[in-house]
Amino acid sequence: MALKPETDAVSGVATTGHEWDGIKELDNPMPAWWVYTFYACIAFAAVWVVFYPSLPFVRGTLGYTGRSDLSRVMEAERARTEPMLARIRAATPAAIAADPELRGFALAGGRVAFANNCAGCHGAGGQGAVGGFPSLADDDWIYGGSFDAIQQTITVGVRNGEHPDARGVAMPAFAQAGLTPAQIGTLADHVLSLSGAGPASAPGAALYAENCVACHGDRGEGNRELGAPRLNDQVWLYGGDRAAIGRTIANARAGVMPAWGSRLDPATINMLTVYVHALGGGEQ
Amino acid sequence: MAATAALKPPLAELDVEAPIRAFAIATIFWGIVGFLVGVVIATQLAFPLLNLDLEWTTFGRLRPLHTSAVIFAFGGNALLCTSLYVVQRTCRARLFGGEEMGWFLFWGYNFFIVAAALGYVLGVTQGKEYAEPEWYVDLWLTVVWVAYLVAFGGTLVKRQEPHIYVANWFFLAFIITVAMLHIVNNLALPVGGGIGKSYGLASGVQDAMIQWWYGHNAVGFFLTAGFLGMMYYFIPKQADRPVYSYRLSIVHFWALIFLYIWAGPHHLHYTALPDWAQTLGMVFSIMLWMPSWGGMINGLMTLSGAWDKLRTDAGLRFSVTAVGFYAMSTFEGPVMSIRAVNSLSHYTDWTIGHVHSGALGWNGFITFGALYWLVPVLWKKQALYSQKLASWHFWIATLGIVLYITAMWVSGIMQGLMWRAYDELGFLQYSFVETVAAMHPYYVIRMLGGLLYLSGALIMAYNLYKTVTAVEDRAPAAIPLGALPVAAE
Repeated sequence: MALKPETDAVSGVATTGHEWDGIKELDNPMPAWWVYTFYACIAFAAVWVVFYPSLPFVRGTLGYTGRSDLSRVMEAERARTEPMLARIRAATPAAIAADPELRGFALAGGRVAFANNCAGCHGAGGQGAVGGFPSLADDDWIYGGSFDAIQQTITVGVRNGEHPDARGVAMPAFAQAGLTPAQIGTLADHVLSLSGAGPASAPGAALYAENCVACHGDRGEGNRELGAPRLNDQVWLYGGDRAAIGRTIANARAGVMPAWGSRLDPATINMLTVYVHALGGGEQ
Repeated sequence: MAATAALKPPLAELDVEAPIRAFAIATIFWGIVGFLVGVVIATQLAFPLLNLDLEWTTFGRLRPLHTSAVIFAFGGNALLCTSLYVVQRTCRARLFGGEEMGWFLFWGYNFFIVAAALGYVLGVTQGKEYAEPEWYVDLWLTVVWVAYLVAFGGTLVKRQEPHIYVANWFFLAFIITVAMLHIVNNLALPVGGGIGKSYGLASGVQDAMIQWWYGHNAVGFFLTAGFLGMMYYFIPKQADRPVYSYRLSIVHFWALIFLYIWAGPHHLHYTALPDWAQTLGMVFSIMLWMPSWGGMINGLMTLSGAWDKLRTDAGLRFSVTAVGFYAMSTFEGPVMSIRAVNSLSHYTDWTIGHVHSGALGWNGFITFGALYWLVPVLWKKQALYSQKLASWHFWIATLGIVLYITAMWVSGIMQGLMWRAYDELGFLQYSFVETVAAMHPYYVIRMLGGLLYLSGALIMAYNLYKTVTAVEDRAPAAIPLGALPVAAE
């Protein structure tokens, strides 16, 4: 079918003579700015391809690689921080805390390391959470609040099965160890009495002496060597009402924490130690 | 015009149109479903409690439901609806395979959507973005898609016009390329006793490259080429003007088709993908800028001599604004593909803002424009029920998009800057949770933007429902008496 170009009355431009369902096409040229910008983009691409790696096994003339670029940035950053980090690495946490310059650096680094690694469980300010996440901002320490004890806990973690010296021993689940529900209730009442939250009882005291004393102590004062928490205060890891305590006795609890010694470098662990120590409950 | 009209028999005698009406209804239905799920997951991001602690309602399962509902259910039905309509009109030929083929495509495609959506909610997924359905759904879609290609190509072959209209070039490129992408990216080996598990044939960085070759060209061919086909028919129709430049349409079509397919690696900047592939992805993305804008020029310049119609035709206003958003996001895309820019923008909400200026602004608006024109035609009504409601839809939806994308620009760039901020001692300035907390207000604004967009779509649904159920031969309401000469027909 022959084309029948005609002139569009509105624009004065010829049509191509095609028509589909009433739609025609004008024979306008491509806009010059469009053509030249397209050429410019192609030229840019051609130049870029020469400078940067763009073909298999061919390096660009700039010798750029993503890997070397990253190493360069990391190297520069390391050179900037290494002098201070070397001093942090060489010092003990106690010595760092005693030196104002090192202490300021460690608190800044510790804050970031804590926010990115610890805050998920222990909270943004180290306030902890019910459900087995101890507060780090008070003086109720399970494994001790001295610089050395905190550093050790961070390094080896708790009941994680990945570090041979991991903290914590397993508490038995007394429901399986032979205590009846009634006995567990009596025992829970006695545990509450240790912090003055209820009356003591002779059967309760007997059960406590038989099953709990070895780890938690005569008056429920706890044992940091074993990681047995204090029972004679108002701080509870898994809830302090009678039912929650009963569940803890019956089923036992075994909170875990990773061994950060294999994840973080020694300088970061030192900074974290100083930071956690300064959260509110650090001991000498 | 009179001679042309005589050549073309009236719609009902020539075309398969009942399935096309069904596709139009499905487009509106799935659009509202997709926008609604989008609002729900936007709200979940601002208020995580709304994950409800149920596996079926968590963000992780609802997010693919949202993306698939808007891209494949809303966008897919819109593309099938318009392409099958346009190919028949511009070829002056009845759909190859007839009414039965149309119904098979309708039920087959929508069955695919439902099967895919059920999988997402129940946790059956192959974990590839925009290609989440497992192998049994993929196989079914392959059958439907091949039938689509046969129907579309068959109609082109038996056309009564000497040339193939530009809209059909774009539709055909979309159908063929999506078939290729779908098959290659979903090559997988089913394992286990059930139907819900398979392993992809490629692994590691090769798998990532294939995935983003697919993902990027789903954008390029599904959401760009296909919808350009829509634009090339409906804007000249709405404006009643010739297409601006035939030459431009040829050059930008072939340039777009050739360049788009290479640009996928820009999704994998600064990853294990070899440097050369990253550079190649970047330069092809930059070269893609003008070929994309060729469509914008042809769309906008087609209005020369008819700009006044924007005041009276809300549907045309949608189509033209869509081209504006198309221009914006096809400029933003090449910018974001530059590695240095990408190092800031990647993994941030900036990407989310970018895809939504494309999805809400371009794909959504061009579809709304087409529906406002097509629904009265398909149901043989003289005019839309209410131009005023369509106008309300336009302004509410536009405000929604503006809120959405500005919130995501601010939150995305802020996020990127916070992630890379170091203090003077060399420590990271912010922890990850602090960046999440900082984004909360923008998530709320984004949610409001989505809510506005959804409200607009509900207004459209009401308007189109009233259009369809109106009595025949209703006089056009929007045109005041005496403003136009009495039509000669």
